[in-house]
Amino acid sequence: MRRRVADGVAILVALLTVFPIYWMVLSALKPTGEILSADPRPWTLHPTLDHFRSALGVSGFGRYFLNSVVVALAVVALSALIAFLAAVALTRYRFRTRTTILVLFLIAQMVPVEALSIPLFFQIRDLGRTVPGVGLNTLGSLILVQVAFSLPFAIWMLRGFVAAVPKEVEEAAIMDGASRFTILWRVLFPLIAPGLAATSVFSFILAWNDFLFAKTFIISATENQTLPAALLVFFKPDENDWGGIMAASTLMTIPVLVFFIFVRRRLVSGLGGAVKE
Amino acid sequence: MSSSVTNRRQRLTPLWLLLPALAVLVPMFAYPLYQLGLLSTFEYGQPQVSGGEPARFVGTGNFRTLFGDPTFWSVLNQTVLFAAGCVLVTLALGAALAVLMTRIGRVARTVLSFAALTAWAAPAMTGSVVWTFLFDSNLGLVNEVLGLDGYNWLYDRNVAFALVGAVVVWHSFPFVMITLYAGIQAVPGAVLEAAALDGASAFTTFRRVTAPILRPLITIVVIQSIIWDFKVFTQIYVMTRGGGIAGQNMVLNVYAYQKAFASAQYGLGSAIGIVMTVILLVVTLFYLRALRRTGEVL
Repeated sequence: MRRRVADGVAILVALLTVFPIYWMVLSALKPTGEILSADPRPWTLHPTLDHFRSALGVSGFGRYFLNSVVVALAVVALSALIAFLAAVALTRYRFRTRTTILVLFLIAQMVPVEALSIPLFFQIRDLGRTVPGVGLNTLGSLILVQVAFSLPFAIWMLRGFVAAVPKEVEEAAIMDGASRFTILWRVLFPLIAPGLAATSVFSFILAWNDFLFAKTFIISATENQTLPAALLVFFKPDENDWGGIMAASTLMTIPVLVFFIFVRRRLVSGLGGAVKE
Repeated sequence: MSSSVTNRRQRLTPLWLLLPALAVLVPMFAYPLYQLGLLSTFEYGQPQVSGGEPARFVGTGNFRTLFGDPTFWSVLNQTVLFAAGCVLVTLALGAALAVLMTRIGRVARTVLSFAALTAWAAPAMTGSVVWTFLFDSNLGLVNEVLGLDGYNWLYDRNVAFALVGAVVVWHSFPFVMITLYAGIQAVPGAVLEAAALDGASAFTTFRRVTAPILRPLITIVVIQSIIWDFKVFTQIYVMTRGGGIAGQNMVLNVYAYQKAFASAQYGLGSAIGIVMTVILLVVTLFYLRALRRTGEVL
């Protein structure tokens, strides 16, 4: 009986939680007439892809989508790689500044990124004058900044996973004559895959969601805009094109959902893994 | 191979491994932080940006301007209240649902965790616009269902904050829930059985066995919640159109951004950024101390 009640509560919470997403997808598929109707229904009998067509075609969301994908994938790959190396350094070796560096990484997560956008704006502007690929209006600038901001957390989190790999595994590899490089890539790297999955989720979300830097850095080259900032195009002072906004939002949400479902098992075991630290 | 050579290599290896991280973090994190401090001591506006006038050093001038401005104090006040509210509700809801997850059947658990995953995965931007649509004065479902035709949820400051807060919690409770649930699952069954055999009550078992094992996770969850909620930007910026009617829903973050990029007062904006950084650093230090005291090893 108590189990029934608990199950009921859980299902109710689940429905409430998922409802905004359901409403988004539904509204994206509803014809404009139904969206504007004063009597909104939680279903539609006339689903249409018109809003998706206009979002991708007229408003150029295909391009923004691609930009977002490029930035997010680059950020995930680069920060996973760099964080892995740093996490190994901070767990497998004892050196004097180790604790200091760890505390600095923890503190780095506290720094308000939004405030840093002020000096970074000038820095990226100046950097663009010498290195064209990473200046204002480029995807490179977004990648660079997002990698930096995802690293402290990724390193901090990966540390536990590296520590959880028994030293004996590496020692056995050394006995077999493996080089340091081999141990790093062929032994350690695959063993901490769940940890990498968990941290990748965070880097991916950080990059995919970034609205602030896209808004600040991409000023005139609108073709280099990413999804979150480009979405604002649909907001009109007089009447919002809700169908278009919902279609674009759906397009923006699907990749993250797919990514999440893909790494779900590893994510949960990965998060749990932090306990074993 | 002599042992001194090995030692030397041993000592240099971590440096090589850390080098890529430092190569990104120093120019993209440490240096801008230093620049933020520097900028906060200058009068730096549109003429200085375009190079028409040299930047004028004003020392603590920006901070004096700020501290003498009642708007700043009210923004600071509501930032802290808003963040604290979001953190508390997120943690309470997340923890309660994590416990609920351990008490329900497989089907309900799968449904709940998938639903949570959906909210977690939804970008801040998506959440903001969908909730804005749901609560739209004319076409929003909520007003239709409640019969509040034309009611504007952004008109009242507290109602607007509550709405934005709800979106923030919706986005962040899944992380707390799934992380804590995963943690509870990872507690070895043998330990719990031993506690039961020793006659420990459910509460004692939780307090003396489960909670200590979960502590590192709770640490991560609390720190993350404070960081996220104190620095909410997208939701406020998008939902209240840049800080609410007459700036009534401004939080420090948005305030700094608006001062810098909308009114071209980059020095003043940087000073607000410094104030925020200091507040968050104090929170971190308190937290680190608390961690040390409970015997957490860094």
